[in-house]
Amino acid sequence: MSESLKPVTAIKAPVHLEFSYTAGRASTRFLRGMAQGKILGQRCPECGKVYVPPRGSCTICAVPTDVEVEVTGKGTVTTFCIVRIPSDSLSIDPPFTCAHILLDGADLPFFALIQECPFDEVRMGMRVEAVWVPKEELGPTFESIKYFRPIDEPDASFESYKEHL
Amino acid sequence: MAAEQSRLSATHVLEYPYRRSVGPIMGRFLTGLRDRRISGVRTGDGSIVVPPLEYDPATGAPVTEFVDVGPLGVVTTWAWVTTPRAKHPLTQPFAWALIKLDGADTGLLHAVDAGSADTMKTGMRVKPRWRDERVGDIRDIVCFEPEGS
Ligand SMILES: [Zn+2]
Repeated sequence: MSESLKPVTAIKAPVHLEFSYTAGRASTRFLRGMAQGKILGQRCPECGKVYVPPRGSCTICAVPTDVEVEVTGKGTVTTFCIVRIPSDSLSIDPPFTCAHILLDGADLPFFALIQECPFDEVRMGMRVEAVWVPKEELGPTFESIKYFRPIDEPDASFESYKEHL
Repeated sequence: MAAEQSRLSATHVLEYPYRRSVGPIMGRFLTGLRDRRISGVRTGDGSIVVPPLEYDPATGAPVTEFVDVGPLGVVTTWAWVTTPRAKHPLTQPFAWALIKLDGADTGLLHAVDAGSADTMKTGMRVKPRWRDERVGDIRDIVCFEPEGS
């Protein structure tokens, strides 16, 4: 049937792992907060650090973190990376920038996409805010925050976030 | 504290969409499948290895001679799958089996659609069931089935 076809030189060999993920008590609180457009964390009763997203315990003090804290969507870029390699699994085209963002009042940065800003202008100390999906699309998922964008505030000093790199 | 809300749970899929180059030896095996041909290689001691290896496992020398085998063969060992999983080649219960194709000296791992575990036997003769749309992939053989079926 196929004498004229070219020899096979490559095959698709995807690795596909399907997990059933149960969020647990702390992450469930956080995700239910996302569905309401709120960012919820937890404060350690011993060292006072605020974990966003919360994990239910402080890994330094080894105690449960049962004090809930709401933080705003404003924060500071502590560090970042520029993605230049395209992939089928990415929903946007490179180049784009992802950053570690330390929300005001939080002690643990998390990873998020930066948009509404040229990819190569993202910098350490840059002030950003969360951009949420429309209210009717909010859900118990991180994807309720579309991305972060720059705000018109002076950069945060290195001193203010150097403990969080 | 408010009454505890039920915990959230969701399916989480992790997928690496690899595309893998197969090289000239495996490439020839896969190209053969597209034409309903099963090829092995002859190693230094004269044995036929299917699916082919790029190097003689005894000496490390590159293999050069291709030999067509099968398409019929014999089941040398097997394990029954009572509950096939989503990525398995068949939706009904089947056997994973090592099949020594006629002319080959090694076993090819593939599925055998035998209907029930009672039908499966070591030593049984099987033949490939080919896929209509073949692309040069091991799944060009849907499965093996008992010779008489
Ligand atoms: Zn602590």
